[in-house]
Amino acid sequence: MSSIREPKLFALLAEFDEAEKIIEAAKLARQAGFEKMHAYTPFAIEELSEILQTKRRNWIPAIVLAGGIFGGLTGFFLQYYAAVISYPQNIGGRPPNSWEVFIPITFELTILGGAIIGALGLLILSGLPQLYHPVFAAPEFRRATQDAFFLSIESKDPKFDETETHDFLETLEPVDIIGVLDRRTGSER
Amino acid sequence: MATEITKLKLPPVVEGEHNYTEISRRISDITLVRKTHFLWFLGFGVTLLFTMMLFYAIAKLLVDGVGIWGVNIPVGWGFAIGNFVWWIGIGHAGTLISAILLLLNQKWRTSINRFAEAMTLVAVAAAGLFPLLHLGRPYYFYWLLPYPNTMALFPQFRSPLVWDVFAVLTYLTVSLVFWYIGMIPDLATLRDRAKKGWTFKIFGILSLGWRGSAEHWHHYERLYLILAGLATPLVVSVHTVVSFDFAAGIIPGWHSTIFGPYFVAGAIFSGFAMVLTLAIPIRWAFNLKDFITMRHLENSAKILIATSLIILYSYLSEYFFAYYSGDQFERYIELNRAFGGYAFMYWILILCNVLLPQLLWFRKLRTNVMFLFILSIFVNIGMWTERYVIVVTSLHHDFLPSSWGMYSGTWWDYATLAGTIGMFFMMMFLFVRMLPLMSMAEMRKLIAPKEAKREEA
Repeated sequence: MSSIREPKLFALLAEFDEAEKIIEAAKLARQAGFEKMHAYTPFAIEELSEILQTKRRNWIPAIVLAGGIFGGLTGFFLQYYAAVISYPQNIGGRPPNSWEVFIPITFELTILGGAIIGALGLLILSGLPQLYHPVFAAPEFRRATQDAFFLSIESKDPKFDETETHDFLETLEPVDIIGVLDRRTGSER
Repeated sequence: MATEITKLKLPPVVEGEHNYTEISRRISDITLVRKTHFLWFLGFGVTLLFTMMLFYAIAKLLVDGVGIWGVNIPVGWGFAIGNFVWWIGIGHAGTLISAILLLLNQKWRTSINRFAEAMTLVAVAAAGLFPLLHLGRPYYFYWLLPYPNTMALFPQFRSPLVWDVFAVLTYLTVSLVFWYIGMIPDLATLRDRAKKGWTFKIFGILSLGWRGSAEHWHHYERLYLILAGLATPLVVSVHTVVSFDFAAGIIPGWHSTIFGPYFVAGAIFSGFAMVLTLAIPIRWAFNLKDFITMRHLENSAKILIATSLIILYSYLSEYFFAYYSGDQFERYIELNRAFGGYAFMYWILILCNVLLPQLLWFRKLRTNVMFLFILSIFVNIGMWTERYVIVVTSLHHDFLPSSWGMYSGTWWDYATLAGTIGMFFMMMFLFVRMLPLMSMAEMRKLIAPKEAKREEA
């Protein structure tokens, strides 16, 4: 290997085979004072995000609302500009700002704005696309999207100590414990 | 729910014992491992031929103009607009299953929502072709969009036809976003189960590096629910706007306030028929009978009865209001539908949409897979006929007898319709082979013991 720097340990992954076990393990790890923890599961487990307190607040609804308002205003004022400012036409004596008939397009663009900006919000809040992550290096991790539940404690955690944390994870009775190395260079997180 | 199921003696949503490994393996193997079956090649080949025919018909249309179609004056809309409404309607069942049933917490939607959403996308794409081709000068399609131009003109925003452009494009985009977001975790499963380098790379890029971390799921679940909440009013609005294309015209038989709900019910009716048309062969071909269970088929059949009754109500109410309004043109058009030049089409419509679905009241027939499949095809035909009758009968005899005329589709009309049907099934063949046709993540959640326990509590 030509790498000058010896790759550091990135995290210890404890593998579990059932949702309840990882919930229990995450609770105990939280009580033990670990903070830089992540859970990787093959389906959504609501309790985990509460236990891990991933983010205090879920910004998704606010982002969708903002996107919807933006889309709706765009939709309405697009039509207002066209019908009132840019090219007013007298159609059957209707006022230029006949706002009632502008509602369908305003509505459609509200939905469009909310959906697209919401989807972008999901990507940004989840840090995706991110095609590389140290945990992918573990061959076992391929099962995180299939049938295995992983709790990771990262080496950045102030309480982290390779042997102690390993022993602690043992007490959680995982199926397996895997160490993953950080092969990234530079200032990447 | 689990206890309720036993109480009501409903067949289960998922039959038999399953575990996470097995679900991931079985569904992803359809894409990754299974040898492509001879029947798949046969089906794909035949539908590809029809798609080629579609391209040929479109090329012919672009070279020679809409004169190759049967459209004339007075029937300027003809097949194209009828097909458009029919296809859009078929698409709506996908959104109904994925969004409305999600909001209503109907867990049985889980195994059928993905391919129903794919069906939506392809159906809307097929639908979108028709108004574009019907423009006469399709290369000016962008005149329908507002953009700064040297003519200093904008589209007429007071017209439902322009609303339709926005509604359909929004619907297509939002359906695509909803479908893709819903598929990301499953694409990650495919990435992680991929054995070949290039499939790993493709699914790796498509899954955007999804790790299934708690933060990912935290945001993902919330967004998915909100998107369902957005898609629900959207789907209703889209077909209502489509119905405004008709209802805002003063033509007898069109100018009616019932058109919105009537069209939406018809859309759900035809869409669920198409879901059955697709689900029954898929569960047979990929041996998914324990995931797409009798419960799914029976529930879809029940929705068919319900929506069939709603459209029966709409038909009757059209007759009643034609009579009650005292308007001689309205009265004439309703009688003309049933007994005029297109009576044949009208009675096919009544047979397929109203009479045959009533057989579903019998549990024996409702749980007979072959019967459901055949019935679903009849309903598809019936709904196409309904769109045809709405478009053609109202236009061919309007107010002035001197402007009356008859209409019939030409070979090119039929070729274009058959071509879009071929394209639809071809895309579905590609979809079931190349992408996860069921939501594995949601299926895992459905069988998780914790979930089952919570349901019982």
